[in-house]
Amino acid sequence: MSSVIRVQEDDFDVGAEIATLRKGNPAIGAVASFIGCVRDMNEGDSVGLMYLEHYPGMTERSLEKICAEAATRWNIFDTLVIHRVGELRPLDQIVFVAVSSAHRGDSFAACEFIMDYLKTQAPFWKREATPAGERWVEARASDEAAADRWKQTS
Amino acid sequence: MTIQLVFLARLRERFGASRESLPYEADLRTVADILRVLRERGGNFAAELAPDRAFRVAVNQDVVALDHPVAAGDEVAIFPPVTGG
Repeated sequence: MSSVIRVQEDDFDVGAEIATLRKGNPAIGAVASFIGCVRDMNEGDSVGLMYLEHYPGMTERSLEKICAEAATRWNIFDTLVIHRVGELRPLDQIVFVAVSSAHRGDSFAACEFIMDYLKTQAPFWKREATPAGERWVEARASDEAAADRWKQTS
Repeated sequence: MTIQLVFLARLRERFGASRESLPYEADLRTVADILRVLRERGGNFAAELAPDRAFRVAVNQDVVALDHPVAAGDEVAIFPPVTGG
């Protein structure tokens, strides 16, 4: 089990990242991945530019904890999380999560779990530029609800 | 002997600083005590940290509850609910 976390300004190549994740491990039977992208609309307003800020140190720490938690819940091999920061525009890729496993059920579930927890726990914040000016994006209750689905009642 | 305060995103803008060294006093026992000291400054601190406002507090980079203890040398970050991904 390896867990790679990268927080970076640069774009990423999804194909190359998945190839690296799979490399040399014929036990991998499934790779599930998620790409988050910048939309040109939010809350009914057009968005021309977005700026992503984070809390260096805590960001990496929280993502590592989320991936470690996924590894305790599902039978997975490796996880990769890339999150971009800085200035982004519509169509840009923001976030990438990839998980490998022997069978698809584990990587599908772990990938969704990591994204749901990332959305509510990893310290990133978006500020977006709309025709009416710049504003900080507000947290959504629907993201909290998505993460709550994974709470264990043991 | 200080506590390092870190303000992020909207709160960094409202408070006009990203970091601050808060002198450690014996009555600063918990996160709630730090919030009380900041609220007593009034202005944007009182408005943004009012009990009905949504914000999170992390001590040494772990999100904690208001009754979490603090000690000299701790890094205490205050920030809005996160919006990444």
